[in-house]
Amino acid sequence: MDLVQLQRQLVEYRTSLYHEGFLDEQYTQLQELQDENNPDFVVEVVSLFFEDSERLLNELTKALEQQSIDFKRVDAHVHQLKGSSSSIGAQRVQKVCIAFRNYCEEQNVEGCLKCLQQVRHEYSLVKTKLESMFQLEQQILSAGGSIPM
Amino acid sequence: MDSCNCIEPQWPPDDLLMKYQYISDFFIALAYFSIPLELIYFVKKSAVFPYRWVLVQFGAFIVLCGATHLINLWTFTMHSRTVAMVMATAKVFTAAVSCITALMLVHIIPDLLSVKTRELFLKNKAAELDREMGLIRTQEETGRHVRMLTHEIRSTLDRHTILKTTLVELGRTLALEECALWMPTRTGLELQLSYTLRQQNPVGYTVPIHLPVINQVFSSSHAVKISPNCPVASIHPSGKYTPGEVVAVRVPLLHLSNFQINDWPELSTKRYALMVLMLPLDSARHWHVHELELVEVVADQVAVALSHAAILEESMRARDLLMEQNVALDLARREAETAVRARNDFLAVMNHEMRTPMHAIIALSSLLQETELTPEQRLMVETILKSSNLLSTLINDVLDLSRLEDGSLQLDLGTFNLCAVFKEVLNLIKPIASVKKLHVSLNLAPDLPEYAVGDEKRLMQTILNVVGNAVKFSKDGSISITAFVAKAELLRDSQTTEFFPVPGDNHFYLRVQVKDSGIGVSPQDIPKLFTKFAQTQSTAIRNSGGGGLGLAICKRFVNLMEGHIWIESEGLGKGCTAIFMVKLGIPERLNESELAFMPKVPPNHGPTAFPGLKVLVMDENGVSRKVTKGLLVHLGCDVTMVSSSEECLRVVSNEHKVVFMDACAPGMDGYEIAVCIHEKFTKRHERPIIVALTGNTDKVTKENCMRVGMDGVILKPVSLDKMRSVLSDLLEHRVLFEAI
Repeated sequence: MDLVQLQRQLVEYRTSLYHEGFLDEQYTQLQELQDENNPDFVVEVVSLFFEDSERLLNELTKALEQQSIDFKRVDAHVHQLKGSSSSIGAQRVQKVCIAFRNYCEEQNVEGCLKCLQQVRHEYSLVKTKLESMFQLEQQILSAGGSIPM
Repeated sequence: MDSCNCIEPQWPPDDLLMKYQYISDFFIALAYFSIPLELIYFVKKSAVFPYRWVLVQFGAFIVLCGATHLINLWTFTMHSRTVAMVMATAKVFTAAVSCITALMLVHIIPDLLSVKTRELFLKNKAAELDREMGLIRTQEETGRHVRMLTHEIRSTLDRHTILKTTLVELGRTLALEECALWMPTRTGLELQLSYTLRQQNPVGYTVPIHLPVINQVFSSSHAVKISPNCPVASIHPSGKYTPGEVVAVRVPLLHLSNFQINDWPELSTKRYALMVLMLPLDSARHWHVHELELVEVVADQVAVALSHAAILEESMRARDLLMEQNVALDLARREAETAVRARNDFLAVMNHEMRTPMHAIIALSSLLQETELTPEQRLMVETILKSSNLLSTLINDVLDLSRLEDGSLQLDLGTFNLCAVFKEVLNLIKPIASVKKLHVSLNLAPDLPEYAVGDEKRLMQTILNVVGNAVKFSKDGSISITAFVAKAELLRDSQTTEFFPVPGDNHFYLRVQVKDSGIGVSPQDIPKLFTKFAQTQSTAIRNSGGGGLGLAICKRFVNLMEGHIWIESEGLGKGCTAIFMVKLGIPERLNESELAFMPKVPPNHGPTAFPGLKVLVMDENGVSRKVTKGLLVHLGCDVTMVSSSEECLRVVSNEHKVVFMDACAPGMDGYEIAVCIHEKFTKRHERPIIVALTGNTDKVTKENCMRVGMDGVILKPVSLDKMRSVLSDLLEHRVLFEAI
């Protein structure tokens, strides 16, 4: 495919992510931090996010399967997840985490389970989207172009 | 019987004659005895009798006479010597008393007579006093009447009541038959009968004013007796009735027309009313002096009362007028306030509404500029950008001006480099000037301070505007900008009559002169230059570029800086000089190092803003830790990362200048770490700056951080710019409690 076309496609895709609320300005900040000294900064951070989130989600599932749920622990995990998602600008994940935390405070099991499901859903969505975007970027780079900001 | 020398022959006692004598003597004695008794009785009865002892004398005299006659009764017949002796004694006594009494009477009777005359005299005097008393009482009563009349007249301020009361009271006091008041008509040529006492509705009789009798009355201030036959006195409708004595008096009027006030009174034209008083014919009374005086006094009082009434009416009218005006003014004020509020609201809304799209246009246009464009596209985008910048400036100007006018604009005072300001203006203006082939020169006086305290942005705006004007309106030639410190002598300029600068220790007056050789301004247009939107013929040519706001705003800025701005020009075509003086503060010389930071020659644009700054980042969350590290590395810092408090305390050393810690993680007490760090590094300059990164915006978190001795709190997420400014502020001041 044409380089210009690829670039345009990337810009459109990225704009749509912002538009749909998958990403917010924090992601833009991350991109600003990427320079010659840190050429893969964004990818690294996002990968770290994926690892962290998967671990946290597993922990959360385990914790909520218990007979007597330790809400404090659940809350701690959700807090971590919220922090990570806000650090990279995964806005929708972050929002669900906030709701999740409220349910934890109320010790509402139903709500927590519902939120867990939502978080998983949002996480998988944003993961897919980001991975597609990175693929596009790789294609552009390998075609010899530069990634438009 | 001896021989005697009697003329007639002796005669022997005859019985009959003797009897008659005998009886007579008896009665005489009786009478003589009873008279004193009577006298005593009556005198005792009367209270006043001055000569009692005279009475005694008389009594004695009469009694002795009576005794004599009584004793005589025995001497008719033969009697003894004793009887004769007694007789003799009695006679002797009687003689004595009689003589004394006779002598007494000579003294007494004149006295008695004089008493009588005195009595008569006193009676006369009493009668006279009585008369005088009567007179005085009458006068007093008259005086009382006058007072009462006056009181009645003056107790009301209504004109009609005054006049009516006067007539009624006068009629009552003086027992008049009729009393009438003739007022001058509006034309002033006639007198019209306005009020009468007895008749309720006087028919509109009029009498020409220039009758001799009326002139006579008007020319004297006294009451004048007039003939009952003159026209003013014949007011009875039937015309048959003639009154008794008639008196007329003038009443001065202190207003111009009959009971309708048109203007304030003028005392130059004396107008009088005529009061006519008539006595009843059948009472045969005459006008007494005191009654005339009463009438005169009343007439004067009426005049005074009428003038008061007139003044009151006038003042009430004026008051009503004032009240109306007050109400109107109040309404106008409220309308004005509403208008101002509406304008402010409108401006506020419009400002926001206008700025948002403007911002979008400018931002997106500048972004667009950065992308790849064809030359035509680039030109188009540049035009869009320029126009929208102009528009944005205009919007800002309008907002500024309205804020300036409201007085709500305040200067942002700060220390800045004065020379740098001028140089920047020069740099900005040079391109345009060189296009127009104008030569721009800048002369800064050597004694001009390098740094000054004031509003840098607005000062630059002012200088730029003035210089811009100079460039705009010069086709060729040169522009010279001079700046120097205004000396005391120069401060009192003839141009600046309202401007009284006060030289002082911690401030100075900067005087800037911009001289151009352009089209100039005619002298009569100079005052209009500083009014907003005003354009004269010459200024219309001048202001073909922007609207007329620039100089108006400059003037306001200059005024805010307690200065003065004016333009001198010798006329059209002769160029003009714009001069302004502003008050700037002299910065303190304490922190030279601070001043070195002050010019924000921003180190922000380079990636290494803080080269080699050793920083410690503590965050449990791996992702946010990496992001924070990325931020700081981008800024050139040397970052060490730790993920727990123990590790943090272990690693922290005095080489680390700043410690960033995540303070909102539950179960991790960032506060404790802060306390430990404080304990570890007792000396302030060794201790690193502690900054908390938190997602909580509440005051409690902030207070807690301050309590444990943190130097700053930043809200996550942190943008690159925020981190940059935070770090620079922290390093300068070592404390930052905003950024939330």
